[in-house]
Amino acid sequence: MNDIIIYAVIFLGVVGAASAVILYFIAQKFKVIEDPKIDEVEGALPAANCGGCGFPGCRGFSEALVKSVNEKQSIEGLSCPVGGNDVMAKVAAILGIVAEEKEPQIAVIRCSGSKENAPKKINYDGPATCAFAHNLSSGESGCPYGCLGCGDCVAACKFDAIYMDEVTGLPVVKDNCVACGACVIACPRNIIELRNKGKKDRRIFVSCMNEEKGGIAKKNCSVACIGCSKCFKVCPFEAITMNNNLAYIDYEKCKLCRKCVPECPTNAIHELNFPPRKEKIVEGESNVEPKIEVNKDQSLDTKE
Amino acid sequence: MNLLTLSGSPHVHGDSSTKKIMYGVVIAMIPAMLVSIYFFGLDAIRVTLISVMACLIVEWAIQKYLIKGPVTITDGSAIVTGILLAFNVPSNLPLGIILIGAFVSIGIAKMSFGGLGKNPFNPALVGRVFLLISFPVQMTSWPKPAALFSGIADAVTGPTPLGHLKEAVKAGRTVQDVLENGSSWVMDGVSYSYKIPGYVDQLMGNMGGSLGEVSAIALILGGIYMLYRKIITWHIPTAYIGSVVIFSGILWMINPDIYVNPGFHLVAGGLMLGAIFMATDMVSSPMSWKGQLIFGLGCGVLTVIIRIWGAYPEGVSFAILIMNAFVPLINRGIKPKRFGEVVKNVK
Amino acid sequence: MKTFKIGGVHPPENKLSTDRPIEVLAIPAQVIIPLSQSLGAPSVPVVNKGDAVKVGQLIAKGEAFISSNIHSSVSGKVLKIDEAMDQSGYRRQAIFITVEGDEWMEAIDRSAELKKEITLSKEEIVSKVKELGIVGLGGATFPSHVKLMVPTGKKAEVLVLNGVECEPYLTADHRLMLEKGEELMIGIKILMKGLDVKRAIIGIENNKLDAIGHLKNIAKDFDGIEVEALKVQYPQGGEKQLIDAVLRRQVPSGKLPIEVGAVVHNVGTAFAVYEAVQKNKPLFERVVTVTGKNVKNPGNFMVRVGTSINELIEKAGGLPEDTGKIVSGGPMMGKALNSVDVPVVKGTSGVLLFKEKEARRVDPTNCIRCGKCITVCPMGLEPVLLAQYAELEMWENVEVERALDCIECGSCQYTCPAGRPLLDYIRLGKFRVGQIIRNRSKK
Repeated sequence: MNDIIIYAVIFLGVVGAASAVILYFIAQKFKVIEDPKIDEVEGALPAANCGGCGFPGCRGFSEALVKSVNEKQSIEGLSCPVGGNDVMAKVAAILGIVAEEKEPQIAVIRCSGSKENAPKKINYDGPATCAFAHNLSSGESGCPYGCLGCGDCVAACKFDAIYMDEVTGLPVVKDNCVACGACVIACPRNIIELRNKGKKDRRIFVSCMNEEKGGIAKKNCSVACIGCSKCFKVCPFEAITMNNNLAYIDYEKCKLCRKCVPECPTNAIHELNFPPRKEKIVEGESNVEPKIEVNKDQSLDTKE
Repeated sequence: MNLLTLSGSPHVHGDSSTKKIMYGVVIAMIPAMLVSIYFFGLDAIRVTLISVMACLIVEWAIQKYLIKGPVTITDGSAIVTGILLAFNVPSNLPLGIILIGAFVSIGIAKMSFGGLGKNPFNPALVGRVFLLISFPVQMTSWPKPAALFSGIADAVTGPTPLGHLKEAVKAGRTVQDVLENGSSWVMDGVSYSYKIPGYVDQLMGNMGGSLGEVSAIALILGGIYMLYRKIITWHIPTAYIGSVVIFSGILWMINPDIYVNPGFHLVAGGLMLGAIFMATDMVSSPMSWKGQLIFGLGCGVLTVIIRIWGAYPEGVSFAILIMNAFVPLINRGIKPKRFGEVVKNVK
Repeated sequence: MKTFKIGGVHPPENKLSTDRPIEVLAIPAQVIIPLSQSLGAPSVPVVNKGDAVKVGQLIAKGEAFISSNIHSSVSGKVLKIDEAMDQSGYRRQAIFITVEGDEWMEAIDRSAELKKEITLSKEEIVSKVKELGIVGLGGATFPSHVKLMVPTGKKAEVLVLNGVECEPYLTADHRLMLEKGEELMIGIKILMKGLDVKRAIIGIENNKLDAIGHLKNIAKDFDGIEVEALKVQYPQGGEKQLIDAVLRRQVPSGKLPIEVGAVVHNVGTAFAVYEAVQKNKPLFERVVTVTGKNVKNPGNFMVRVGTSINELIEKAGGLPEDTGKIVSGGPMMGKALNSVDVPVVKGTSGVLLFKEKEARRVDPTNCIRCGKCITVCPMGLEPVLLAQYAELEMWENVEVERALDCIECGSCQYTCPAGRPLLDYIRLGKFRVGQIIRNRSKK
């Protein structure tokens, strides 16, 4: 009995030792020489592996960063949206160069076609994915540019930063959005855009993508942009452009003066996180509703 | 008028459904259930009922409280597993062991993989094998079959034809000797005698064994019903039974003294139950007909190997489970004939 | 009896309107003619707002290689060229015409006389078919002149006519074969001349015995035309399946039927070719079946292109109160419409009204890996795998499993016991894989 145990121990011990030696030599022979800086840079990255930088994972990004420094002595154009300026500063310190400061961004949902504003005219029956619903028809409300409500954006988010509001049927972006861009790609109607977070988290944007003529757009959704150009005319910084019956606010040029918001006859322009304005009832226009704070839509409360 | 519905084509659906398939299998098992009640009495009803209820409750509890998702116990799959588990155990199995079996079948072999359609192994077989290995004594004390209305089945336990034959041949006797003369032995001062039942008896079910495996005729009837309803196709049962017959036939022709003839293999043990109800489980068997033939062949060969050279007298459960493990590989390797692969210029 | 080899299902036939002869629908007050009525690029309008048009006048030209001409189906004035809801579920460019009278172009021969003699040459036939806007009326609306232009290196041996009408409920082709049999035969002869083939086979399913008998009778007077009765099986009308059934040849993956020497045309297209070549009549009207279990007067109607589907439904007894879904085409491959104010186009073969209960899908449950979808797929694919990969967004696997071979017949989803939306996911997979392949070739 003891013999068997001794033989087994010796045999396995020899096999183990031999394997260790063989593996050591193989590891040495096939070793890949890598710049040690890549490991250092990778350590500074957030390890989310989300692809928001445009590279395959954090490892891929570190390799690209080191390559860029070796070739161009700068990391211009490369940035990690998740880590933001802090992480890029750390990376720059490791690589011995100066990092550029980037304006933090956040995903913005440019559609307010909720169940109330854009009521259902037809029932969609089928797999709950926006990609398919988009190919099938213009959607349940009839607006061919509006949100389909199936949640491809929610499924694409790796940071749990977007959720579907049950009441409105629209997606809501939370505070912890890192602007990686996954939801932007997932939306088949390009409704989501990465815009600057803005001073004090304030931003103004046109919450509509509809390029149809005003009358038709309004038939499907009561808060659609009808392309009337009133906002365009009133903007003192030329931040608004009109294209195909749709207004667009350039977030670089917009100085958050809020002049355009009350001009819009359909409430298509949204202002987020501003203090409430004083009520102003214009004489002679009793059919215009006073514009009270508009920041209750798409609030940034971290709801679960 | 309500809103119109918008969906992708096709806009009609055939009348097959998972529920219909599952309940069709239940109906196919009725002949075997009736036979089991005839031979094993009220115990048969007890075991089957407890097994089915336990399976349903385990599935319901897991779906409602653990997964917190939709509860689908009405689709009939838990009932099928419950009945098949009952068919695979002796009728004198204690309550606790049945409950453990149900828990293993549904909870571990089915729900932990994701529920219906996601399990790689046949749940009832996993439960049965688990019980066999954990409770070998209780799982191999076969009650002698008693006639209907005689109350609880005869408390005396006896061997099964397969088990008995294997022991006797190991002890050195020839097959013909055992079949013709039977055997007798003394244990704890009591003398026993046993003769393996004749072929007709084995066919009808008058032999020792698990609840559902005894009557080959009842199972074949169920199989024909399922073929008629198009719930199963002929490929797996034919390949399985055919390969058992051929393989055991070759061995029998080589040495009829130690290898019993193929007919015995067909009626003894759980081959019919395995080939018709267990191996044909859609979830754990290949999807293409070519794959199914290979699956049946493998099951048959393994069954005979285990029966003759393995440690256990019955090889059906293990054979099917082993082949279940090969199913993903078979599905990957065997693709259907694509349209346009062979351009025939006949005309 | 012959049929195709791989797969297939047999849904209930429900040919409710099979005994209704073709009725000409009254001309509406306004027509909306979409500019995209064939596969390929949309046509370019050649008329402007305010122009007067006559029946059969060219109003839009097909400029690209795969495109077709569109002719006015009414006489009147062009109201506007604007976006209108069409069968795709989106608003697309269309020509709106207010109808005034029924004045036809002089070149069109309106007599009922049967013109048997074919005076045009092969090249003239092809250019006539192109000029008069003939497209495939089976539903795919492929421009027919392109099919007549055999690429160099390939040779057409047999012309196959699709009289199968395998979709349940539809009976337009059936009635056409019964009522316009001789015109159909001459149309086939014209196509044979255009393709330079000596042999034509008309495939008809065995549930149309009267049409088979009638055409077999007429075919005696026509050289080279055979009628082949086929076993009823869906999707026998798919051109690859039809060629397999009739000629026992399988078109290789990714290739066209000309690869095996066959060209397939729908019988409706052949009839339109007769009218075009012999009577100078462009394609602006077609037979449409209006049917459904709830419909009061199901029937087959000769409709001018651009007529609103609402008019058709009114003629068939009005929209039933209990309507859950309106489908353009057949129940297996048709497109659900989001309203009745959608115009009839060249590819509309039927309007099908479903009751509310029929309109809703079964709830999907887990896949039980029964393999039925694999058994019925006529292209020998594995729908269960394709749908799963598409759902998990594993597009490379979708491509490797040959999703692009899928003809979207719907047999898989029809059969699935778990009610899974297989075809929906496969369509998504095809779409994405198509995008990936296009991007790949761009690089």
